[in-house]
Amino acid sequence: MATRGRNRRPRKTGYWLFLLPGLLLCTLVIVIPVITTVGVSFTEWTGIGTPEWNGLTNYERLLHDDNFWASFRNILLLIVAMAVVPTLLGLFLAALLFDYIAPRAGMRIARALRSGFYLPQVLPLAVTGIVWLWILHPSYGALNRILETVGLGSLASNWLGDPRFALYTVMAVMVWVQIGYPLVMFMAGLQRVPPELYEAADLDGAGWWQRFRRIAIHHIRPEIYIVLITTTIAALKIFGQIFVLTRGGPGNATLVPSYFAYQNYFERANVGYGSAISTVLTLVIVVLTYLFIRVQERGDEA
Amino acid sequence: MTLTEAPPVTARAAPAPPRRKRRKPWLVLGVLGVVVLLVLAPFLLVLMNAVKTETEYGAGGPLALPHGLNLHGITSFWTRVDFGQKLLNSTLISGSVAVLAVVLSVLNAYALGIGKVRGRKWFLIGFLVANLVPQESLIYPLYYGAKYVDLYDTRLAVIIIFTAIQSAFGTFLLSSVFSAFPTELLDAAAMDGAGRLRTLWQVVVPVSRSTIGVLFTFFFVWTWNELFIPLIFLISNDNQTVPVSLGVLQGEKMMDATTTSASALLGIAPAILFFLVFQRTLTRGVMAGAVK
Repeated sequence: MATRGRNRRPRKTGYWLFLLPGLLLCTLVIVIPVITTVGVSFTEWTGIGTPEWNGLTNYERLLHDDNFWASFRNILLLIVAMAVVPTLLGLFLAALLFDYIAPRAGMRIARALRSGFYLPQVLPLAVTGIVWLWILHPSYGALNRILETVGLGSLASNWLGDPRFALYTVMAVMVWVQIGYPLVMFMAGLQRVPPELYEAADLDGAGWWQRFRRIAIHHIRPEIYIVLITTTIAALKIFGQIFVLTRGGPGNATLVPSYFAYQNYFERANVGYGSAISTVLTLVIVVLTYLFIRVQERGDEA
Repeated sequence: MTLTEAPPVTARAAPAPPRRKRRKPWLVLGVLGVVVLLVLAPFLLVLMNAVKTETEYGAGGPLALPHGLNLHGITSFWTRVDFGQKLLNSTLISGSVAVLAVVLSVLNAYALGIGKVRGRKWFLIGFLVANLVPQESLIYPLYYGAKYVDLYDTRLAVIIIFTAIQSAFGTFLLSSVFSAFPTELLDAAAMDGAGRLRTLWQVVVPVSRSTIGVLFTFFFVWTWNELFIPLIFLISNDNQTVPVSLGVLQGEKMMDATTTSASALLGIAPAILFFLVFQRTLTRGVMAGAVK
């Protein structure tokens, strides 16, 4: 036994035993199902009996399916609402709280305000759905009631039921849900910036905007990358919020790929077609992540 | 890998460098306060209306203050969906997943981060991709398979699935933490003649306690909030989780405004509880959570 201590480091063999249980479970629950889904996407299958090979038919059908294109168009707007807007707002709020409020009113107040913005993040999305469905309900909802009370009754609308507004309403709710996450991340990042930098900038007479752009943005670049990639992926995967708020409707006004796949699996018994949608979405996410990581690595080198 | 390399957020929440002390910015504070109130308005609305009677709501609308504490909406919703059972199911599922997924993540990360087994890079990429895969790419084969082995509509099936999903993330994160583990400690353990398992249990785990704690918290909360897979797998009333019971209810048109806000309040309550209990861990670990 003692001889093992002579090696500069412990031997490297035998560790793979520790990997076995986890690897086995992940293979069973993730790897095999994903491969199966890709396989099923080349077949026609109702979920009963044997799948029938039909080559690329499902993918050809996708190209001509308005619902498919609508779901990806809606996702683009949801990326704006879940990734782009929260990141920009988060940057602004983080700088405001950290750079303006904290030095003047104390870090405690800045943190309390931050917690307020973060609270929507901890809600289960099913609850988020209930709360907003009720607030936005056309007849007994709080928003329309409030509008009527203050004399703006003409603005009252069927926020989630009218195809003209539904997607924008969902987007607004998503901004509310997301805003706390970038804010917390960016404020944590700003604490890393060495105070000397700010002092030097103050001495140089740099304005608020210049300090923000040159120092803050530069230092929290890792956080910005992480927030952008994780929120973009979250937007691509979005299901729960759509399920509880609109079920993709009215029509396909708020349809998203994951809900579209769900419909084909469980409501229309088009398992092959649903698998093709899922496979496309998986590919988009993997490629996007790869590109993000490459851009980030290049950014770090620069 | 690249993702987690961002400098860790430590508890270094030192107060902002006190530069020149200036007058309190009342105007900006006031505006921010109003904005935060607006963000929190939905919570306040829920709280106010969950304790009203139906007639009160009809007369005064959602903005009027409640006349008193009327718990009828809450109790009627509670008994209607058997909320106690839902809480129990959610706790059972989330708790089991958190424990099992942490154990698996630690074992995997021990092999990958410290053992540096051959092909480590490819395993890590595999776990990363496993994280990215949308759940609808897994759902049908899992659904079919669960029916085949008679696990459909059981809490066990959901526990197994989320243990795998969460541990893929945990492995990815812990591996990068473990790869920076001080080798002196490992050498010392080896010198003492400790085997692999004992080194893991008595050296690696205690030293990484805080990261493991963060992971546990995240796994618990994430699993608690999941909707998609539980919605498909748990169809019988006795097995459903809190989010599923609330989500399914959306289909019912019979809900009135006060019962709706009562149900929302019952859904919010555990979330706020976690928020308060885990707040320290959550802010410390939000960076870690970022990768998901």
